[in-house]
Amino acid sequence: MAEKTYNITCIVCPLSCEMRLMVKDGKIENIKGNRCRRGIDYARQEFYNPQRVLTTTVKLKGDRLPLLPVRTNKPIPRRMLKECVRYLSKIEVKAPVKLGEVIVSNILNSGANVISTKEVGSTGVYRKT
Amino acid sequence: MREIKADVAIIGAGPAGLAAALSAEREGAGEVLVLDRGEELGGILPQCIHNGFGLHRFKEDLTGPEYAQRFIDEVKTKRKIDVKLKTIVLEINQNKEVLATNSEEGIFKIRANSLVLAMGCREKTREMLHIPGSRPAGIFTAGLAQQWVNLEGYLPGREVVILGSGDVGLIMARRLTLEGAEVKAVVEIMPYPGGLTRNVVQCLQDFDIPLLLEHTITFIHGKDRLEAVSVAKVNSKKEPIPGTEKIIPCDTLLLSVGLIPENELSSLAGIEIDPSTGGPVVDERMQTSVEGIFACGNVVQINDLVDYVSQQGEVAGKNAALYALGKLEQPKGVINLKKGRNIRSLVPQIISAQGKVSFFIRVKNPEQKVKLVLGKSIFQQKNPIVKPNQMITWEVPFEDLRLNDDVKELEVSIRKL
Repeated sequence: MAEKTYNITCIVCPLSCEMRLMVKDGKIENIKGNRCRRGIDYARQEFYNPQRVLTTTVKLKGDRLPLLPVRTNKPIPRRMLKECVRYLSKIEVKAPVKLGEVIVSNILNSGANVISTKEVGSTGVYRKT
Repeated sequence: MREIKADVAIIGAGPAGLAAALSAEREGAGEVLVLDRGEELGGILPQCIHNGFGLHRFKEDLTGPEYAQRFIDEVKTKRKIDVKLKTIVLEINQNKEVLATNSEEGIFKIRANSLVLAMGCREKTREMLHIPGSRPAGIFTAGLAQQWVNLEGYLPGREVVILGSGDVGLIMARRLTLEGAEVKAVVEIMPYPGGLTRNVVQCLQDFDIPLLLEHTITFIHGKDRLEAVSVAKVNSKKEPIPGTEKIIPCDTLLLSVGLIPENELSSLAGIEIDPSTGGPVVDERMQTSVEGIFACGNVVQINDLVDYVSQQGEVAGKNAALYALGKLEQPKGVINLKKGRNIRSLVPQIISAQGKVSFFIRVKNPEQKVKLVLGKSIFQQKNPIVKPNQMITWEVPFEDLRLNDDVKELEVSIRKL
């Protein structure tokens, strides 16, 4: 298989090293442009299995606002982001919802739960009695 | 007119105001009153549903609503903190009187012993940029689009161009992509992105959204609805280069071209504004030029991280409480800080140089291998890199420095190593 190069910007620290990865047969042969060891670890992770926390919303009934913000409780593979959002667009929940409440467990077998990031319902809007 | 008394009155219930309220209460203030025109606590945080909040403060990667909830939960348990939502402040003055109104109580006056300004900031609009062309529907600030998409459930359009690469614009590029819109380009006039690198990577590169550096929008096309924008490369003077223009069809243009501290109320009270930050001149206790009026967060300067906003809120709240209780000593001598080489803005601008001072600094130009220097090297800190889009925080232990009483001015500058 042919050799390919990939550019990856390191986000571990503010230096933002522009790294160049030489890749042969799907394996990293060489990394250039990093200024420290952490860059290599980051580049490997980003190349072999980039992971992201997904944040989005689901439909909400019974509250002032029609949406509930949610996120995955741990990072999921980057390639699953769009698929998960599409799945969540069909989900609807009813208020009240607690912060951290599981909305979807093990979404699309990613191993991550989708949890509520907001407290809504009776206590959603603050009022001093 | 009805009058209310408060020890500390706080204008704004975003991250700055909430941190200030909790800190004022902890310091022993009698009655703390927080006013906000919104319908819920947290300011802008409820619409910032993405993660990346609280990494410094809580060592956790939280979303905006989660970060806000930590403060809201605590505020709810405090009997001495009172909150008025859907309440607009009309006027403040040097006597710490606040004129406010809401639909239940009409117009009323608050007599406070001290005030904390925590009004945050506003987005720059198209009118401030003078982009030629027609005035069709479909042009929004990035923050308004964020409110629509994340709180109200509306998609502003299907084919989007974003002008400016500030963090809100980058975040919205990802958000709109995930919600099914096509983001055709992010256009940035500067040679470097305005937002954090993390956001450039995770919001643009992850979704193959082009970032056009040193480009700007030269014309807006469309009669009723936006139809396209003309984009051109710019030269070093930021003028469009003839012949580089191309047309990008789109139905939506988002503007993420900067934020302006919201200081109309501050000006009414005659508070001195620093033109380089757009916010009040403050000392290390976050006290403004008017004794007993304090300020914190984005009303003072635009911060990159909410963690910094909370930190300033705590300082302002604590000192506002001390002032209200008559326990805040006004300093004997003050030192004015001067912006030296490659310093764009600097907070605080005035210090009494007692104890530890936390500086928040922004540079004019990116530079590598530099040091931050106070005065003639009274104190310095090495920095491998400085960038305009990354605020520098700098703790200076003045108690160890033993400055002479006759020092009236100190310069802060960036120097090459």
